[in-house]
Amino acid sequence: MTTSRRILLAGSAALLAAPRLVRAEESPGVTATELRIGTTYALSGPASAYSLIPKCVTAMVKRLNEEGGIAGRKINFLVYDDAYSPPRTLEQTRRLVEQDKVAFLFNNLGTPTNSAIHRYVNQRKVPHLFLATGADKWAEPKQYPWTIGWQPSYRTEAQIYAKHILEQKPEAKIGLLYQNDDFGKDYVNGVKDVLGPRFDAMVKTASHEATDATVDSQLVSLQAAGCDALVCGIIPRFASQAIRRVFDLNWKPMMFMSNVSVSGSVVIEPAGKEKAIGLITSDYRKDQSDPSWADDPGMKEWRDFMARYIPDGELGDNNYTYAYGVGLTLFQVLRQCGNDFSRGNVMKQATSLQPMALPTLLPGIMVSTSPDNYRPIRHMQLQRWDGRGWVRFGKVIEGAEV
Amino acid sequence: MDGLAHQIVAGIATGGIYASVALAIVMIYQATHHVNFAQGEMATLSTFIAWSMIQAGMPYWVAFFGTIVVSFAIGVVVERILIRPVANAPVLTMVGVFIGLLLIIGNATGWIFGYTTKVFPSPFASDRPLFGGLVSAHELGSTLVTLAVLTLVWAFFRFTRLGLAMRAAAYNPRSARLVGIRVGWMLALGWGMAAAIGAVAGMMVAPVVFLDPTMMLGILLYAFAGALMGGIDNPAGAVLGGFSVGVLENLAGAYVVGTELKLTVALAIIIGVLVVRPSGLFGRVVLSRV
Amino acid sequence: MSASKGLNPEAAIGPIAAPVATPAWQRGLYLLIGLCLAIAPLFLLESFHLFQLTMAVIMALAVLGLNIVCGYNGQISLGHGAFFAVGAYATAILMSHFDWSFWATLPVSAVVCGIIGYGIGFPALRLAGHYLALTTFSLAVAVPQILKHKSIEDWTGGVQGLFLVKPDPPAGLPLSPDQWMYVVTLIVAGVCFLLAWNLIRSRIGRALIATRDNPTAAEAMGMNIASLKTRAFAVSAMITGIAGSLSAVAIEFVAPDSFSIFVSITLFVGMVVGGVASILGSLFGGLFVLFVPNIAEAISKAAPGVIYGVILILFLFLLPGGFAGLIRSIGHRLRSRS
Repeated sequence: MTTSRRILLAGSAALLAAPRLVRAEESPGVTATELRIGTTYALSGPASAYSLIPKCVTAMVKRLNEEGGIAGRKINFLVYDDAYSPPRTLEQTRRLVEQDKVAFLFNNLGTPTNSAIHRYVNQRKVPHLFLATGADKWAEPKQYPWTIGWQPSYRTEAQIYAKHILEQKPEAKIGLLYQNDDFGKDYVNGVKDVLGPRFDAMVKTASHEATDATVDSQLVSLQAAGCDALVCGIIPRFASQAIRRVFDLNWKPMMFMSNVSVSGSVVIEPAGKEKAIGLITSDYRKDQSDPSWADDPGMKEWRDFMARYIPDGELGDNNYTYAYGVGLTLFQVLRQCGNDFSRGNVMKQATSLQPMALPTLLPGIMVSTSPDNYRPIRHMQLQRWDGRGWVRFGKVIEGAEV
Repeated sequence: MDGLAHQIVAGIATGGIYASVALAIVMIYQATHHVNFAQGEMATLSTFIAWSMIQAGMPYWVAFFGTIVVSFAIGVVVERILIRPVANAPVLTMVGVFIGLLLIIGNATGWIFGYTTKVFPSPFASDRPLFGGLVSAHELGSTLVTLAVLTLVWAFFRFTRLGLAMRAAAYNPRSARLVGIRVGWMLALGWGMAAAIGAVAGMMVAPVVFLDPTMMLGILLYAFAGALMGGIDNPAGAVLGGFSVGVLENLAGAYVVGTELKLTVALAIIIGVLVVRPSGLFGRVVLSRV
Repeated sequence: MSASKGLNPEAAIGPIAAPVATPAWQRGLYLLIGLCLAIAPLFLLESFHLFQLTMAVIMALAVLGLNIVCGYNGQISLGHGAFFAVGAYATAILMSHFDWSFWATLPVSAVVCGIIGYGIGFPALRLAGHYLALTTFSLAVAVPQILKHKSIEDWTGGVQGLFLVKPDPPAGLPLSPDQWMYVVTLIVAGVCFLLAWNLIRSRIGRALIATRDNPTAAEAMGMNIASLKTRAFAVSAMITGIAGSLSAVAIEFVAPDSFSIFVSITLFVGMVVGGVASILGSLFGGLFVLFVPNIAEAISKAAPGVIYGVILILFLFLLPGGFAGLIRSIGHRLRSRS
């Protein structure tokens, strides 16, 4: 009783004083000088490689604040550690929403972790923007209007590979090597989407655990099964192993690699540049180690940013280019918000992005959303490793068309 | 049939990785009667140190032996600073300290050296793959290194006074102290040697699986299983155990249940073996007198 | 507990006397204070902190389960996360596929975990020390793999996991779902703690401790060691499984990734810092594993894992016997003074 009266009093006092201020006071996480945004990431444990993404976004926020912030407000970006454990994600998210009272959540990491908070944020109507996961389930505007993904889904990517195989080698025997988790299984689902009833006859699958030492046994099985196409939904360390082993086995399948694991300097070079010739992937980002982007203005912008704000960062790590892209998308949403950072308006602006190119994305790949399109990036392009860099071929493919 | 032979050869190659880490585990057990859960993370850290030395322009073998020396020192320091204060605490408390060590080293490695996959060079580089590409020259070479380390370790414990003293200190600290062995230093030496052997294992493993901070996370479990299967007090048994875990795992994955349950089945078989022979295949059965 | 206690026939068979007899009024007072402490947060904390406290109590219950087999019976287990997972999944499957109420799933979850625990108890009879550690550790590694296997994917939801809903507060009680969840957790955990307390103070409890401290003597006294050890495993798995059930409804989601090997390690850490073979210590352990990672994070965002490890080691340096060890020594000092 007393609290509500106090709020009422404060509210009416503010109403008299400055009408503009009231709107800000009404929305959580927004004051006249500050806008509070939160995220959860694995800062400890085996998945902490991704902690570079919030590190980069934090640096971008610093740059933005130095340039004067957004609508006169400094951004306060809070990052909490969930160690990639869904129960802790829920705990940390509740801390952000209920204790720190953030305006909204941005770029939380992981599929199982985001699943754990999916319902909570939608019940509370907290915008849950541009998640760092390639799962397919974040684009359900009807059921979950407050959650939106960012990158193209792994499933779409796998669909593109399966289509390409059917065009080039209709009688192919497909080997499918995947990590036994939500990430890897999306590749199985994508290929299944395209092949339908033919899946069992055409495909031989082999999974591995993230804790396995090598994937040699799986590759030997797939080769012995007579596969002449190989789709890999695996992370960088195993990707390097697979590329090298396939070459050593003198097995020459038409080989597709998840775009998670195609960095020239991190994956291909360790395996051997010449051993990867002919490898196919489908990507939406520029590979920073590719010499053809050396003079690209977009990548130059990113390199200048890195040199100034993260001078000790490993330039080969593509978490930084990812973070730069998703960070710029966030800033665009904030600019569109004008002076209204209420949760409703943030979500409205996040789902009405006009097609926009980003410095770290491939030419022709646009970020765009609408109230019934919750897939900001839908385009990808096939590319082939030629021994020095990635050569794009074919047209830009839109995921929805697949 | 060809497939079977390939699986076995590939299993032996992977088993070599487990064997080298299993050897490090047995080593520390001989010298301290503890199983160090942070062994894998310590080996990864050592490998990163070697990698930094090579990046700084040192020749491979200089970095190799330099890393062994540095790792030995780290092992001794860890024992003196972290293990000594809880030497008289209950065993479970000790395990708690090992877990703390695992958290510290595991998380610090990525923080210091970065998370991207790194190439670690091999001293046995050759572009000609052997056995139809199933085994690289490196895997053959690293197996030889493992066997060489095994021989050295065996000879050390069998023929040197220091080796005898170390075994005595671990086996019966009180009696050892009575005959004038400096038990504390023996334990520190044991930790140093284990860290050094772990470093060798790490440097041999890294060219195959590629170096990143989580490199040893999975390997440690397999190595642990291999060490126990062979018998925790028998270095040769641990090496054999490591190889058999590698082969067993591949055969289970390829022919028994499919790759999704490969680890589960391999572990079930190992536990089955242990239930029949509780001290491992080659372990000494310890009878306790009442 | 020293070995001599196990050898004392009076203590093992005769009626149980507390180490130093506490008058009934004093015990009643402790109980009352405990009850007040447990209920007060309901009115003092807002929902986020209440949720954290709920999770801490759940972890404490899981640690208690581990303590029964590990602390009181001396069988090392690095795999109690497996029972936690099985309990959580039992509840989640029954609630989301069959619309059972939460309360009805508890006995099922306890029985399933009890049976699995009993099963693990058998190889444990033959194996000791490191070998048992490996066996239980393997179980913890294998369970998430089995949970996502395609043959049972329809039940477990595979890698995507299962969603369920918190039990609603009964109509008429002016409680929010978070408050009700806390009450539910308190009731379930309270009953389990009380049962565990009685078990440890009973003839069986003495026998468990005797088996740990001196198996040969215990056997000579006519105790059936095999049956004691397997049953200890079963009871322990049951309690940890019930904690898993509670966590499933508190989080309203289960997935294989929620039950990685780090859950087992966390429970083990909880037991060691709380104090091995201590019921009160289990409670402290639950609070430690839930709140200390947050403290570590507040100290350093760059490497919270390193800080957590440092805090853990420092804690064990200062209190090798855990929190319970501290309480025991304070108690000793007070008693020797009076």
